[in-house]
Amino acid sequence: MSIQVRHLRKAFGGFAALDDVSLDVPGGELVALLGPSGSGKTTLLRIIAGLEPADGGTIHFHGEDATGQPVRERQVGFVFQHYALFRHMSVFENVAFGLRVRPRPSRPSEAEIRETVLGLLHLVQLDVLADRRPSELSGGQRQRVALARALAVKPKVLLLDEPFGALDAKVRKELRRWLRRLHEEVHVTSVFVTHDQEEALEVSDRVVIMNEGRVEQSGTPEEVYERPATSFVYGFLGDVNLFHGRIHRGRVRIGESELDAPEWAEARDQAGIAYVRTYDVELAPTPSGNSSLEALVRHVRTFGPVVRLELDLVDGGRTIEAHLPRSRFEGLAIAKGQRVYVSATHVRVFAGD
Amino acid sequence: MARGESRAVRWTQIAVALVFLALTLALPLALVFHEAVAKGLAAYWAAITEPDALSAARLTLLIAGIVVPVNLVFGVSAAWCISKFDFPGRNLLLTLIDLPFAVSPVISGMIFVLLFGAHGWLGPWLLEHDITIIFAVPGMVLATTFVTAPFIARELIPLMQEQGSEEEEAAIVLGATGWQTFRRVTLPNIKWGLLYGLILCNARAMGEFGAVSVVSGHIRGETNTLPLHVEILYNEYAFAASFAVASVLTLLALVTLALKTAVEWQQRRSVTHEAGIAPSLERIAA
Repeated sequence: MSIQVRHLRKAFGGFAALDDVSLDVPGGELVALLGPSGSGKTTLLRIIAGLEPADGGTIHFHGEDATGQPVRERQVGFVFQHYALFRHMSVFENVAFGLRVRPRPSRPSEAEIRETVLGLLHLVQLDVLADRRPSELSGGQRQRVALARALAVKPKVLLLDEPFGALDAKVRKELRRWLRRLHEEVHVTSVFVTHDQEEALEVSDRVVIMNEGRVEQSGTPEEVYERPATSFVYGFLGDVNLFHGRIHRGRVRIGESELDAPEWAEARDQAGIAYVRTYDVELAPTPSGNSSLEALVRHVRTFGPVVRLELDLVDGGRTIEAHLPRSRFEGLAIAKGQRVYVSATHVRVFAGD
Repeated sequence: MARGESRAVRWTQIAVALVFLALTLALPLALVFHEAVAKGLAAYWAAITEPDALSAARLTLLIAGIVVPVNLVFGVSAAWCISKFDFPGRNLLLTLIDLPFAVSPVISGMIFVLLFGAHGWLGPWLLEHDITIIFAVPGMVLATTFVTAPFIARELIPLMQEQGSEEEEAAIVLGATGWQTFRRVTLPNIKWGLLYGLILCNARAMGEFGAVSVVSGHIRGETNTLPLHVEILYNEYAFAASFAVASVLTLLALVTLALKTAVEWQQRRSVTHEAGIAPSLERIAA
């Protein structure tokens, strides 16, 4: 079941939470809505679910207009950030809830309910905890109950609001992989909200990056990571250094040095920002023409396969970060306090300050 | 505990509190029962089974029987609206709910006399249609309803606000209707707070004096409630009978207190049950 969102708008008071958002979620895919807090991703999710009315725009499920449809008729599964399990019911009754509240003609029999619920609890590996109360479960277990409860009503789409937000790092990683596997098994169109780029890139088929109520870019994890469409996306994904400078005839000038920016051949002395990923930073003991910046090594962290360096630029006094493979770092024989020359193997330049 | 304070200061404080409680609570309470049986148990029994006393008791029960359910519906709906929705006039409603607490009960009674009394705003119209409200049971029910309106709503609002509306949202997404959501999700979550509010509301409905006194007209055997009956007997120098009837009300208060304590205990237990067990199991799971 695909989801089409067209020109969605929503304001809270004077604050535009969503500003003309359009979005396509192909049927059966797992899509991440990624963005900083306040970017409107949760609002978008809640409007898709019908928990919040939109000020304008439309939502279609599989080509069918669902914009004005009440929540309870939309047949969506929603997993809340803090699970929102019914605290006075057992795990079993939580999962059974959606079946028990059906109108009598379409309500399954007690035996069918039991079978469905136990099947789902088996799917989320919680069969043995069926009689427990939510308060007796760990965070990860509660999350899985919430998922089973949402799946019990056979939703057309599954919506998850920061599904791993309230869990500690280790459980998060486990559940992430588990959600991916579950999605391959159940194959229901799913949208989840996250502010964690690693989570979005690792789990989803497609990532939608949002900022200030707008969609900045949407594409596969590879696309958005390798070919960021906007300056925001470049800055948001991965660790980057940014340099403010002037763009002129295919060159960007940063302080005393210049870098190539061939895509800006037409530019005439305009403000620009150059982004360099931390692993695209090159270090050398000697300057190479005017395309390198002089810096002092401020700090070196050598744990793990990647060596992380903090460098103070001599010109301008800013601090940048560089990640080098351990072998390369050892070849350079760099130590704290030493003078080095910084250049970039790959630069991406966007206009603006 | 304040460890820095000396033993003497602490004991003085406890003593002051105990003396205060003894003077204002224990002593009057003991006096009520002492005076009630001053003329012997037979006189006591006669005082509380006398027709006027029985009629007052019936009326008190009748008023409470109407007022408590009305305020139950009002309190739950008001608390539901205020804690689960944001609408224009929400703060105004919140202030209005508190109004009966802020206004002296006698003034509350006066308001109803001014509204429905023979010389009140609606007086002529009511007269025309042969409806009596003031100096009759309907007025007493109205006045009592007004005075006891805040109890249930005030008890539920903080509770429901703290619980938020995520569980209700979850229920609706799962296909539950508004009523199913209320009955299966909201109600079980607020039941102890609701019971607590009901007990307080009932106690006040039975014990209310000021507002009821103004609108009742003190017609013996007709518009007298227990508190009003106590006053009448007292004014007639029938002290023993007056205290005998008062002791019935006092007993009611003691039962209420016991119930309230039991509910509070149950409420705390269900809260610690929710909060206390989780961390320990989390540790086991990890």
